[in-house]
Amino acid sequence: MTKRIALLGMPNTGKSTLFNRLTGASARVGNWPGVTVDLLSAKILVGGDMVEVIDLPGIYDLHGYSDDEKVVRHFLEQQPLDLLVVPVNALQLDRHLVLPVQLAELGLPVLVLVNMMDEAKTMGLRIDSKALSAGLGLPVVAISAKYGLGQPEMLAALQFALKTSQGMAAGATSGARQRLVEDDSVEDKVAALTKAAVDVPVQLPERFTDKLDKVLMHNVFGLPLFFAAMFCVFAGVFWLGTPLQDGMKWLFDQISEHALMPLLAGTPELLKGFLVEGLYGGLSTVAAFVPVIVLFFFFMAVVEDSGYLSRAAYLMDALMVRMGLDGRSFVMLLMGFGCNVPAIMGTRVMRSRALRLLSMLVIPFSLCSARLQVFLFILGALFAPAVAPWVLMSLYLMSFATAFITALLLRKDKHFRSDEPFVIELPPYRLPTLRQVWMRGWLEVRHFLGRATKIIVAGVVLVWVLTHLPAGVEPASADSYAGMVGHWMQPVLGPLGIDEKLTIALIFGFVAKEVVIGALAVIYGLEGDALSQHIAGSLNVLQAYSFMLFCLIYTPCLSTIATIRAESRSIGFATLAVVWPLALAWAVSFVFYQVASRLVGV
Amino acid sequence: MTTRLTALEPGQNAAITAIHAAEALHHRLNALGLRVGKQIQVLRQAAFRGPLHVRVGNTDIIIRRSDAACIELRAA
Repeated sequence: MTKRIALLGMPNTGKSTLFNRLTGASARVGNWPGVTVDLLSAKILVGGDMVEVIDLPGIYDLHGYSDDEKVVRHFLEQQPLDLLVVPVNALQLDRHLVLPVQLAELGLPVLVLVNMMDEAKTMGLRIDSKALSAGLGLPVVAISAKYGLGQPEMLAALQFALKTSQGMAAGATSGARQRLVEDDSVEDKVAALTKAAVDVPVQLPERFTDKLDKVLMHNVFGLPLFFAAMFCVFAGVFWLGTPLQDGMKWLFDQISEHALMPLLAGTPELLKGFLVEGLYGGLSTVAAFVPVIVLFFFFMAVVEDSGYLSRAAYLMDALMVRMGLDGRSFVMLLMGFGCNVPAIMGTRVMRSRALRLLSMLVIPFSLCSARLQVFLFILGALFAPAVAPWVLMSLYLMSFATAFITALLLRKDKHFRSDEPFVIELPPYRLPTLRQVWMRGWLEVRHFLGRATKIIVAGVVLVWVLTHLPAGVEPASADSYAGMVGHWMQPVLGPLGIDEKLTIALIFGFVAKEVVIGALAVIYGLEGDALSQHIAGSLNVLQAYSFMLFCLIYTPCLSTIATIRAESRSIGFATLAVVWPLALAWAVSFVFYQVASRLVGV
Repeated sequence: MTTRLTALEPGQNAAITAIHAAEALHHRLNALGLRVGKQIQVLRQAAFRGPLHVRVGNTDIIIRRSDAACIELRAA
C-alpha cells in the first residue's frame, strides 16, 4: 500500500523548495509567506516503497484563523497519513519549534527537518540537532533543501520514520484546537529547547539583507527603484524575446513551405485550407510566442524567489490601504502579471472575506502573459521598436489604473470594506539557484503549453469553422458566420475603432487570450510576418491601441472566471467579475478612441 | 511608564509589556514572535505613514501603524 507523508510548516521555512528537492517535480517556490495554495502532491520511492508526498499550505500553528490554516486542519482531520515532515527555519527556531512541539504533544509521527542550514552557517549559528531530537522526542535532521545538503541523512531518516510509524488515522488531530489552548507550556518548552540546542554568536554579522534594505526600502528611492526594476524585467523580456520570436516564425514558415505544402499537395482545397491556414497557421502563430513566455516566467521566478515582493508590499501598503486593499493585494496584482489564476488563489492568505473579494476583483486587470503575447504581436506589427516598450509600459500602467479605479469605487461598499490587519513576515533576500529558477519556469511553461494545446486547438478550429462556413463564402467576409456575428456586434464595438474581424478575435479571447492571435491568423488566413504586415496595413495606431485597451481590461479568460467562482463560492460575485470589466473595457476604449481620433483628426 | 510601538523612532528598541488585540490578530502576532517580554526594534517606517519594519529576535516583520498601535511597550 502506498504510504503518505505530508509536509507541514510555517511560511518561510523553504517548504516548497523541500518539496521540489524530495520529489523532483516542481511546486511554486515563492519567497512569499503562504504562496503554496494548491495541494501539490507527487509520488516518490523511499527505500523501495512508493510514497505519496503532499505539500500543505504554510501555517503558523494548528489553531489559527486564516483559510490556509483551515485547509490544513481539514486535511489532517480527513486524510490518513503515515508521517508528517515538518521543516523549520534554522534561523528562527525560537518561533518555529512551536509547531513540532504541538504535534509531539498530540503524539503524531513527525520528522523535523532543520532547514536553511546554509544561511545559519553564514550567520555563525551552530545547531545541535541531537540535543533538539532528545528534547523534542522526535527525529531531527539538519538540511539545506536549496543546496541539497543533508539529503542522504534526510532520506535515511524518512525511510526509518516510515518503517516505524504506526500511522495516524484520519481525525487524529480533531479536538487539537481545544487540547492546544494552553500555549504557555509550549512556549516555555520551546525557549528551553532553543537555549539548549542553538549556539548564537555574541555579535551577529550585519546581514547583506540589512544593507540592501537600506536602499530598496528607502522612503524616497524605494518605489522608483522598484518600478525601474520591474521595467527592466519587462524590457528585458521584450528585447531578448523579439529575436527568438522572429527565429520561431522563420522556422514555422520554413516547415510550412518545404514540408507541409508539398505533403498536402493532393488534398482537397477546403481540407488543405483547414489544415494549413486553420490549424497550422493558428498554432504556429501562438507557438512563436512560447520563447517570450518562457523568458517571462524565468524572470518572474527570480523576482518572486528573491524576497523583493515583500518589500514591494511594504512600500505600497500606505497607498493600497487608501484604496481598501493592502500591500499583499499589490503583490498578488504583480503575480497576476504571470497568470491571474494562481494570483487569485494566492488571496487565500487573507483572512477577511471582504478584502479577499476586493482583491479577487482587481487581480484580473493584471496584464497576464497571455495578454502580453497579444500586445507583443500588435506592437511588433504597428509600432517602431523605439516606441514599442513605452507603449507596452503605458498598458502596464493602465492595468494598474483600472485595478485602482475599481478598488476606489468599491472600497466603501459593505461587501468589500474590511479591517484586516496587515502584519507579514519579511524574509531575507535570496538569490534562487539556477535549478530553482529552471524548475519553476519549466512548471509554468508546462502549464501554459498544457492549456495552450487544448484551448488553442479548439479555439482556432472553431474560428476557422466560423470564418469559412457556410461553404463557398469568402473567408471571414460578411457572409460567413463569424462575419454575421461581427456585423451584429458592430453598433457596440464600432465606436471603439474595433472592426468586424477584430471583434471575432475578441469574442474568442473570452475563452483565453492565447487564442486571440491564433484567431487573427485564421481570420486573415495569414501567419507570421504576412499577418503582421496585413494588420499594419488594415489598422491605424489608434484602432490598434483601442483594441489593446479592450483586450487588457475585458474578461480575462474562462480559467480565471472559473477560479473566481470556485474561490468566492458565489455565482453572483463571479458574474460581477465578468460584467464590470466588460463595462469598464468598453468605456475606456470608447473614451480613448473618440477623444484621440478627434485630437488627431482622423 | 508605557508607550506604544507607533511612538518608537527608527533605531529604538523596547520590551513588549502588553498586546491589546482581538483574538485572531493576537494569535498571529504571537506566532510571529511578538510576545510579552520580548524586545522589539523599529528599523524603519514607510513614507506617508505606511507600515513599520520591526525586528523581534531573528524575525523581520512589517506591520501597519494601526495594528502596531495595539502593542504596548515599556518606555525607556
